[in-house]
Amino acid sequence: MVEHAPVLLMVVPLLAAVFCALLGLRWKALCLPLTIIGFIAALYFSVITFLQVSASSDHQVIYFLGGWNASEFPRGVGIEYRVDLLNGMLLIVIAAVALLAAIFSKQFVSMETPGKEPQYYALFLLLAVGLMGMTITADAFNLYVLLEVSSLTSYALIAMGSRRASVAAFQYLIMGTIGASFYLLGVGYLYIKTGSLNMQGIHDILIGEGLLESPAVYVAFLLIFVGVWIKLAFFPLSTWLPNAYSRAPTATGCIIAPLMTKVSVYIMLRIMLTVFGPEYVYDELSWSGPMVWIAVVAIIAGSILALGQKDLRRMLSYLIIAEVGYMVGGAWLLAPGGMARGESLYSTATGLVGTGYHIISDAAMTLCLFLAVGAMIVKAGSSRIEDMKGLFRKCPVTMACFVVGALAMIGVPPTCGFFSKWYLISGAFEAGRWEFAAALIISSLVNAVLFFRIIEFAYFGKLPEVDDAHGHHQRHDEGGMEENPPSMLVPLVLASVALIAIGLFNKEIAGYLSQFLNTVAMGGQG
Amino acid sequence: MEEFIQSRFNYWIYVILMMIGLWGMISKNNLIKKLIGMSIFQTAIILFYVSVAVKSETANIPILPHHGHDYSPKIAFAHAVSDDHENGGHDDHAGHQAHPVGPKIPDPDGYANPLPHVLMLTAIVVGVATLGLALAITQKIYREYGTLEEDQLLEKVRADDHG
Repeated sequence: MVEHAPVLLMVVPLLAAVFCALLGLRWKALCLPLTIIGFIAALYFSVITFLQVSASSDHQVIYFLGGWNASEFPRGVGIEYRVDLLNGMLLIVIAAVALLAAIFSKQFVSMETPGKEPQYYALFLLLAVGLMGMTITADAFNLYVLLEVSSLTSYALIAMGSRRASVAAFQYLIMGTIGASFYLLGVGYLYIKTGSLNMQGIHDILIGEGLLESPAVYVAFLLIFVGVWIKLAFFPLSTWLPNAYSRAPTATGCIIAPLMTKVSVYIMLRIMLTVFGPEYVYDELSWSGPMVWIAVVAIIAGSILALGQKDLRRMLSYLIIAEVGYMVGGAWLLAPGGMARGESLYSTATGLVGTGYHIISDAAMTLCLFLAVGAMIVKAGSSRIEDMKGLFRKCPVTMACFVVGALAMIGVPPTCGFFSKWYLISGAFEAGRWEFAAALIISSLVNAVLFFRIIEFAYFGKLPEVDDAHGHHQRHDEGGMEENPPSMLVPLVLASVALIAIGLFNKEIAGYLSQFLNTVAMGGQG
Repeated sequence: MEEFIQSRFNYWIYVILMMIGLWGMISKNNLIKKLIGMSIFQTAIILFYVSVAVKSETANIPILPHHGHDYSPKIAFAHAVSDDHENGGHDDHAGHQAHPVGPKIPDPDGYANPLPHVLMLTAIVVGVATLGLALAITQKIYREYGTLEEDQLLEKVRADDHG
């Protein structure tokens, strides 16, 4: 049981999805409990896997799918799952976010997509399975298949919303298919050169055969990177994101927004560090200069576009584009030539630690904010920022959680947003990239303006006067509190507690991440 | 020049097909035409992978020839295993060329690489699923808006945003 945990964390939600689709046709009420059980199991197995990883001497757990054995066959004959400290943490985050989003979805699914619970929850589970699979797999082609599993389910989940959502889903589908196809093409080029599909195997052959200068490998990196770039919604290929995320059904937004771009950032890291290796990415390519500048533009553009939004969810969607800029920029901070100069990777890679940290904290922050905004929109009856007036009196717990999320997004200690930004900014200083540090600070200021404007509306804004049945003017807010139901509050409170917890455990998380980078610097063999 | 094009004929076709598909997806106004572009784009990638599998003019499809009963893969495998046991049971050599089983294992250069074909079977399934989902979404869009022309659609969506 324990040794099969890496695969069980995917198999149990997958089976739950099948049962959801089948049993749900007869008993609709079974769908949500099945989903929650599936995610609890996934969370349990991902925690077990992570404990195994941190206990093992080389900080990784390898699982051979179908029982093919690496001692008998050359690496890459079968599919391999490989969990190390980075994706071990990410698996826990994915399972936890999916669990909280599933609990939160209770009210919304029956409200927004009535009668479609079995389909909705089956897709919901499959999306999480796809994301966890992308995170855990060590096979480049398997990654493509699971990328498509998560993408296809997310298109469907978005299209189940309003009629505007289906147009957004179509645009997302076209962009996403182009991205995934480019990725597949890049893997083909790598396969031509190396004859392997295993990520570590590709890396070993690239280094062993001295293929780093090959133009085919360059084309492969270019194709894979452009494909991942689209999936990341990294500026300027981010036009699909705001429409898709802000028009999706509320519960869909709560799982896609925290996880989709974050897992894509992880994929980028994995491609950079494991498949091509830091020697290739930082020394051979020397893209660091332009990449960080694009990240700066992404951060500034995302923040400024967010300032111009009147719709709360749309504003958050633009903030995600800025946050992707943080993470991509942090990953590319390492100056070219560092490896050649004999510097070890981890001693100059605070930016990479920041990126890894920010993947985790941004997933938690986005979850908290999307949950809070979903709950606020129910109470306000609209998603416009002006309509948030008086919400503090109406639902204080929801708003308190929103404030915690907002503080994390701005970067106030002790929330996680402060620590991940701290690592990113120190990484920028170390690398001497002042423009990146400046962009981070400007974006934090913009976040402060954005969120304090909403908090001001919600705290000081008076509710509009309404006529009651007798024609008397009556203030709505004198009616007192109308807090949201527990199915919405519990995940929301847990998410905001997680924000502070991820911040308080900053030492441990950063320690795991530098340990991970340490392993990468030693050639990934551990 | 002619030689240069001829020797990489498949790859030229794949690039041209891919560009046609990409152009269709990006510049066509009609959603169905965009999807046709998407199909062409995905098919181009399949052509690319299948071309990768080619080894030489003489390499055949990877099916073992049936020269009497000895060449059935099952029997060949059984022989290989029994040979192993006769030689003292080195069972960890099953995947290696190092263990000679005589003429029963044919020359791998005589066959095309089957792996890219297998990968493309999966990619075809993914492509079918994508197309099916895309058509379902298109159907929903048509039912809601009554048009599949992108410019008219975006106008109506904008009207929705303000209304």
